[in-house]
Amino acid sequence: MAALTEAAVVDLATSPVRDLNQALHAPRPAPSWRVLNPRGAHSVACGLRDEVTVDIEGHVGYYCAGMNQHASVTVHGNAGVGVAENMMSGTVRVRGDASQSAGATAHGGLLVIEGNAAARCGISMKGVDIVVGGNVGHMSAFMGQAGRLVVCGDAGDALGDSLYEARLYVRGTVKSLGADCVEKELRDEHRAELAELLKAADFDADPAAFRRYGSARQLYHFKADNSTAY
Amino acid sequence: MCGIVGLHLREPALEPRLGELLTAMLGQVVERGPDSAGVAVYGDPRLSPPGRAVVSLLGVTPEEASTALPDAVVVAADATTVVHADIPVPELLATVATALPQATVIGSGERFAVLKGTGNPVELAESFGLATVTGYQGVGHTRMATESAVTPEGAHPFSVGPGQCLVHNGSFANHATIRRELRAQGVEFDSENDSEVGARFVAHHLARGTDLEKALRLLCERFDGFYTLLVSTADSFAVVRDAIACKPALVAETDAWVAMASEYRALDVLPGIEHARIFEPEPEEVYVWRR
Repeated sequence: MAALTEAAVVDLATSPVRDLNQALHAPRPAPSWRVLNPRGAHSVACGLRDEVTVDIEGHVGYYCAGMNQHASVTVHGNAGVGVAENMMSGTVRVRGDASQSAGATAHGGLLVIEGNAAARCGISMKGVDIVVGGNVGHMSAFMGQAGRLVVCGDAGDALGDSLYEARLYVRGTVKSLGADCVEKELRDEHRAELAELLKAADFDADPAAFRRYGSARQLYHFKADNSTAY
Repeated sequence: MCGIVGLHLREPALEPRLGELLTAMLGQVVERGPDSAGVAVYGDPRLSPPGRAVVSLLGVTPEEASTALPDAVVVAADATTVVHADIPVPELLATVATALPQATVIGSGERFAVLKGTGNPVELAESFGLATVTGYQGVGHTRMATESAVTPEGAHPFSVGPGQCLVHNGSFANHATIRRELRAQGVEFDSENDSEVGARFVAHHLARGTDLEKALRLLCERFDGFYTLLVSTADSFAVVRDAIACKPALVAETDAWVAMASEYRALDVLPGIEHARIFEPEPEEVYVWRR
């Protein structure tokens, strides 16, 4: 019998993703997993509910680690559309780049992207923390409702478009701000919050080098003056 | 959804494998579009021998084509019939129009053939004999029909200019308006498909001497809706996405090839993918690679 510390290995070249996910969903799954040859497969390690560690050795397709609770999933490669979509808790780390809608609608947990994230990173985020080592694409944090997005590189067009309450930190340039997103003062409590997030993500960056953005909260209210515009 | 795959070879040693690679790529995007499929291939000696005019047709059987065009070579590929002859392209098109008035031309040019059909894309690829095709460039599409009927005419690619083709993932919101405008300028249409309007628009501008990059920029200005487009000509391979980059697109590039696909798994089948530069095209930025 394998030692408890030895990871269960699943090779997606020889077994389907469904078998992997079913094994991960079984009562009391093994604590540690290695997934080989993902080759862009969709929905790898989705819907996990236990404190397991999953290392995926390669690039994944859509919706990897979606709906995650408690698990720590690491993608040793790039991730496709919607990585960690609707995550509730736990940690998802992408060692490479992530495609569109990373962390979409996620309620909690930590999503770390070591490379770049494409468009709409953190779209409709609802409480998740997202830390990106590189750049994020256009319309990131679109309609963000809660949580924090940290971008160590640059942000594309329309950052924080129609933002509600999520807090955004960007170290590099911001191509443009979306509707109702404004720059805000970076105070001590924000530097402390940033330091904590950067530490959690294992990134070495100076919190003082970031700028803070958030909602001007003007879109909560319908303005009668605009009624003729519709 | 629709699935797009395309491969532009830089390394001549890979040309014998074009069809094999394109088949593998197409097989990875079947779930994105199980209704129909089509491919355009550049440089295959069986479909398009050097120096001969090639026309791809729907709506005729190979027998009808052989009878009507006794001097042409006829190649059957599922619903598509490809004919090639030792005359200039415009002459072959004129001959086809007279001898086979019931046929719909879905592609014409030199060293270029378009194959289309309805049904499962993997079965279609087999029916086309795609795995044995060779050449320097190929484009494929799997269609999930949204804007018009599932017919071979509604399948992509849309090739409406010499050696030129367009495949589309998405939908154009104002295609009816632009179709009316183009019709008013004398442009004829084969289908009610929104993507055909994009192809006719590009062809219309290319025919007026606009280069491909400019034609695609004009398309971005004029078309509303969602689109990831892969547009190719005899010597070019181009990608463009709409203003919010709604639909997926990935480009991978090595010294040996440039490839584009809707999903990474379609690129994973390519040799040397582990060393490729992989990126997502920016919205409304036109990317063109030339031979």
